[in-house]
Amino acid sequence: MLGKLSLEAIPYHEPIIMVVAIAIAIGGAFVVGALTYFKKWKWLWTEWLTSVDHKKLGIMYFIVALVMLIRGFADAIMMRTQLAMAAGGAEGYLPPHHYDQIFTAHGVIMIFFVAMPMVIGLMNLVVPLQIGARDVAFPFMNNLSFWLFAAGVILVNISLVVGEFAQTGWLAYAPLSGIDYSPGVGVDYWIWALQISGIGTTLTGINFFVTILKMRTKGMTLFRMPIFTWTSLCANILIIASFPILTATIALLTLDRYLGMHFFTNDFGGNMMMYVNLIWAWGHPEVYILILPAFGVFSEVIATFARKRLFGYGTMVWATVAITFLSFIVWLHHFFTMGAGANVNAFFGIATMIIAIPTGVKIFNWLFTMYRGRLEFTSPVLWTLGFIITFTLGGMTGVMLALPAANFVLHNSLFVIAHFHNVIIGGVVFGMLAGLTFWFPKAFGFKLDEKWGKRSFWCWIIGFYVAFMPLYVLSFFGAVRRMQSYENGDWQSWMIIAWVGAVIILCGIACTVIQFIVSIRDRKKNQDVTGDPWDGRTLEWSTSSPAPFYNFAHLPEVNDIDDFWDQKQRNGGKAPLSKPPYQDIHMPKDTWEGPLIGLFATIAGFALVWHIWWLAIVGGVATFAVFMARVFREDVDYYVPAAEVERIEREHQQRVEMQA
Amino acid sequence: MATDTLSNHEGHAHEHDHHDTAGTKVFGFWVYLMSDLVIFGSLFATYAVLLRGTAGGPSGADIFDLPLILINTFLLLVSSFTYGMAVLSMNANRVNQVKAWLAATFLLGAGFIGLELYEFHHLIHLGFGPDRSAFLSAFFTLVGTHGLHVTFGLIWILVMLVQLQTKGLTDMTRPRIMCLSLFWHFLDIVWICVFSFVYLMGVL
Repeated sequence: MLGKLSLEAIPYHEPIIMVVAIAIAIGGAFVVGALTYFKKWKWLWTEWLTSVDHKKLGIMYFIVALVMLIRGFADAIMMRTQLAMAAGGAEGYLPPHHYDQIFTAHGVIMIFFVAMPMVIGLMNLVVPLQIGARDVAFPFMNNLSFWLFAAGVILVNISLVVGEFAQTGWLAYAPLSGIDYSPGVGVDYWIWALQISGIGTTLTGINFFVTILKMRTKGMTLFRMPIFTWTSLCANILIIASFPILTATIALLTLDRYLGMHFFTNDFGGNMMMYVNLIWAWGHPEVYILILPAFGVFSEVIATFARKRLFGYGTMVWATVAITFLSFIVWLHHFFTMGAGANVNAFFGIATMIIAIPTGVKIFNWLFTMYRGRLEFTSPVLWTLGFIITFTLGGMTGVMLALPAANFVLHNSLFVIAHFHNVIIGGVVFGMLAGLTFWFPKAFGFKLDEKWGKRSFWCWIIGFYVAFMPLYVLSFFGAVRRMQSYENGDWQSWMIIAWVGAVIILCGIACTVIQFIVSIRDRKKNQDVTGDPWDGRTLEWSTSSPAPFYNFAHLPEVNDIDDFWDQKQRNGGKAPLSKPPYQDIHMPKDTWEGPLIGLFATIAGFALVWHIWWLAIVGGVATFAVFMARVFREDVDYYVPAAEVERIEREHQQRVEMQA
Repeated sequence: MATDTLSNHEGHAHEHDHHDTAGTKVFGFWVYLMSDLVIFGSLFATYAVLLRGTAGGPSGADIFDLPLILINTFLLLVSSFTYGMAVLSMNANRVNQVKAWLAATFLLGAGFIGLELYEFHHLIHLGFGPDRSAFLSAFFTLVGTHGLHVTFGLIWILVMLVQLQTKGLTDMTRPRIMCLSLFWHFLDIVWICVFSFVYLMGVL
């Protein structure tokens, strides 16, 4: 009846997990209670959960990402604490099977459920506004993507309390992840969480690719698009071309585990290196899916705060395109030690090193944009400067790893850990926090507190160096990744320094949380009435903040890069306001199907993890039924009357005039 | 091309009207098909790598029944023709003809799936199921994934038949018939690759 599920699946004997579970229960009860007390359920459902508004979906992605960042960071600081203790024969406080789950969960959560939703959330919030569109190409699908992603998040979090998570590392290498070596449900949670959310990501990729190619406003040629839109376009191309490989790879692992097939097994002709090849053929483009939009954020931030057009727009675009292409022909550098032979390794080593060239072009673009600009040291600029230095260092250790000969020594050592945190924290995290600060006023109509933003930056950057430089050092002493304890007592002092770094990063996260609280408290003081708080250059700043649900009363027309900036110059430094006559605006209706499909997909995923076959069938059939309801629904759109548009626009204009 | 045919029906070309229009839908579906192609590409690559992983079990030459596969191939090729006729009928606004051609396509596709199930059942019965060897795992998965797609196509045809009955040829159903057309021809092309690389080269 319940498959493999029984009460023994709940780890009562693990005090750490039980305390966390109780904390989650209390927190959850608090949220549910507050929603009930303030009678906000209906509001939550109609305004947010069923919304097809890309701006609201972007905000929801970011909220989930920030919550998951705290969970992923809790894993990180637990690992650092363990390694600060478990030296010279000491076992620390985390037994190996728990430690292994933690490093797996940390990687999975940080990549799939923190970095990805931040990137996709920012694309949702910004891209349609930047190209002068009223929504995305497929608004229902956009909502559905979010809910499939949410289903993955829910499954990962259920695994904390019911059963276990994978103990395989974040990419679940076979044959370790096969049924012989991982007979528990941990890998199955990994499989279904990633499979369901990955399909959502593929749909997002298709949606934004079509949006950017088909829905740009009049005059917005490809080479007039803002750089963030360009990097998003390239990231979406990577999603479309690489996520299906992940889907296929996970499906094959599923068949091995559930139906006894032999794709990646040790016996019966299986080939485990095929798994590693496939997973990295997705995995390497994946890291560029994360970093390219971050590059886009830095480009927008630097151009805005240096008050200059980005230096070398064309080279920036072509560098992005080059990286997009190259990212597909370097996957083998993740396993030079496979033994593919000198020529194969040489090809992939050289291809990898070549990526440093377009990336270097970008670094110089940013530097020359600042050169003779009037750089204003706001917190987004601090994040950008921190990025340029940190990412360049990380890039250089990457080039070191690209040398096959050196790689044979460095493979699986802490050097790899230090390298990719160097580029992911210094690149993606800094980029997303810069983007959050930069576009927050567009989403909410008030700025984030600068003082706490800068404190967060200094904690993050100092914390990063204190936490990860010791790992480079330790790697030269021979310390490997994914070790729960170590014999050599000399390493302990470096491990303690790294732990201190993690604590400093914790302060950075705390500063961000305080920043939100302070900013919401002072929202009147930090209010932005104009919709253009930074004297911006691109179209998203030409509409009010928060942008009306239809984005633009009249679709804008552009004649150049940074056309909005030129418009302001022609208009005496002020943004032109929309004028009557207004027209009816065609908009999509909200959807109850998206959240329902997400719910049933979660149920089906949970049932498949625990081999509860009847429930899996019920979940699958229900998912299909809701989808059919959508297919047969005809009232999917409506017109906003011109009078309503006029009322909203006039309200905004009156506020602007009152402030003036 | 497909998108040109559709542009005629975008009658209300309004300034604000450019989400979810037929042209955007068909283009989006093309992009989806390309991503699906990457799934098939991954499965073909896996098949190629595992081809020799027979683990003492049968190889392709031992188990492939070419005459049966040839019949299957023709069923699918003819179904592509009948689907093409359905699209021509749609362009001529003959809704009953569209339904008739779709029904014919459904029968041919169902025949294809029936024969494939027979082949699979036969192999499993002989003890050559997908858990016998890596080669057979890859074979069943590649061919089965194609079969699964065809099955979804059959369900989609049924949905379209219901919608043509209840709604007729509208701005809602026309782009769906176009997308299904793309899907159906796409599966035909994938099958040609399966037929050539798996079956023909398997018995060489």
